[in-house]
Amino acid sequence: MTASQTRLRIGFIPLADAAALIVAVDKGFAAAEGLDVELVREVSWSNVRDKLNIGLFDAAHLLAPVAIASSLGLGHVKVPILAPFGLGVNGNAITVSPALYAAIAAAADGSIVDPIVSARALARVVAARKARGEQPLTFGMTFPFSTHNYHLRFWMAAGGVDPDEDVHLVVLPPPYMVESLANGHVDGFCVGAPWNSVAVDLGVGFILHLVSEILLRAAEKVLAVRDRWAQEHPDTLLRLMRAHGRAAAFIEDEAHRDEVATLLAMPDRIGVAPEVIRRTLDGRMKIAPDGTTRVSDRYLLVGRKGAARPDPVQAAWLYAQMVRWGQAPLSAELLAAAKAVFRPDLYDAAIAGAQPAVSGEPADGIGAFAGPPFDPGAISAHLESWAIRRAG
Amino acid sequence: MQSSLKIVIVDENPIRAAILEDGLREAGHVHVVRVDEMSHLLARIYAIDPDVILIDLENPSRDVLEQMFQVSRAVKRPVAMFVDQSDTASIEAAVDAGVSAYIVGGLQKARVKNILDLCISRFNSFARLRDELERTRTALEERKVIDRAKGILMKARNLNEEAAYVLLRKTAMNENKKIAEVAQSVVTAAELLR
Repeated sequence: MTASQTRLRIGFIPLADAAALIVAVDKGFAAAEGLDVELVREVSWSNVRDKLNIGLFDAAHLLAPVAIASSLGLGHVKVPILAPFGLGVNGNAITVSPALYAAIAAAADGSIVDPIVSARALARVVAARKARGEQPLTFGMTFPFSTHNYHLRFWMAAGGVDPDEDVHLVVLPPPYMVESLANGHVDGFCVGAPWNSVAVDLGVGFILHLVSEILLRAAEKVLAVRDRWAQEHPDTLLRLMRAHGRAAAFIEDEAHRDEVATLLAMPDRIGVAPEVIRRTLDGRMKIAPDGTTRVSDRYLLVGRKGAARPDPVQAAWLYAQMVRWGQAPLSAELLAAAKAVFRPDLYDAAIAGAQPAVSGEPADGIGAFAGPPFDPGAISAHLESWAIRRAG
Repeated sequence: MQSSLKIVIVDENPIRAAILEDGLREAGHVHVVRVDEMSHLLARIYAIDPDVILIDLENPSRDVLEQMFQVSRAVKRPVAMFVDQSDTASIEAAVDAGVSAYIVGGLQKARVKNILDLCISRFNSFARLRDELERTRTALEERKVIDRAKGILMKARNLNEEAAYVLLRKTAMNENKKIAEVAQSVVTAAELLR
């Protein structure tokens, strides 16, 4: 069963971190590997997951935690998924309404650029609202098994806000985020690019934090394939990954940024202004409607700093968040299964000699702004170090 | 057949939702509620408290429904996807037709299977209807273009209607094109030369 398959259908959600996939196809890197790829734009992560699971898609742009949840059978049908290539590390941001931004700034005892200061200030805002008998704050995120859910929770819990008791967390499709913030359905959200920038440009939101300020390194989207498909089509997978490797290198070359932004901005791809995409790729983020910018060389990593090579420590961290918030039980078997979703061995086999030593990255692979270093070998002890948690 | 199941249809397409609702009512399901407003979707669904939720796959709010799987204080009772591990044929047929179903609580599988089968068949008929409508509309537009091209040729080349049509058809065959395409070229050229 090693038949080479050359026609592929790959699903994606219109977000900046689909960049490597879109460039691999639209710039001809996939065709150069003999692959004829049809990209299918989808409207929900549930659709992407289901179509990948039942074989309507051969591969997909997928939230890293959805790949893990699917492999563990959490919340849905159990289908083993592999992530042999990382489409993005970081790239999310937390955006809040002008009113909440002002409230947090007023309650802060320091610079709210520091996430522990902003999280503690949020706790004071939450307590003051409760004392006045006001409705709890509502925050939007993209999916129950999403990095956005975990990033929001990690940040606010570090400041003493219980994400299940003190605020409402609701799932919102990314295209509805900005409108929901504008009409007051939510007070803030965590989402990927370009939606934070869209909110700032419309004057309805302030970017409070790039998530890279909360976690230096957080696996975001992966190129996902069914375990069984990978076993049946090793040669096709190899070609697909090589095409992605070239695309990621192309994107990270600053000389190509305008071309990449134009490709990604096309109406049938992400469908926003190229300038907004360019900001994301450059990590020069306009964070306030008055034009204030924050520059980060870690905002969205597509391939650079070793971002494309899947790191099982990241899978373990995501699994630990599922346990912390009561989505999964803690067991050595589930931890091992979660880690096995991320496949650096497949990456190394496909992208030969492409791993120059990456320096300056966090020692524990995560680099969280609060709490002890993450140790995938001692998740139980790690979870016990958190005052706010559901289980574990 | 009488049914006391409460069914919610989440669909922003009013025609398809109506087709689905009619089908469900014909099958004896009298408690059918349509939801086409996506803001506060979860709150609305909790208020309706349905046994079965049907949602079209073109709707981004499908991810909102997935939140109901999460155990939290906001959830009244857990919701499970109807299609279980052993029933991949059903999920394939449903996804193919463009519909997804969720059930609440411990409903008997056979009862829900009937509902899903009905939805799949109604979604498929709606898709056929839409295709037919599209074909009819295209045919109508092509006819209009061909009539205009015939008129132009009759005037410019001093032909009768039949001869003008024969000329269009012959040219189309020679160039391996559709008559409507040749007719469109004639119309475009005439507009440019006017």
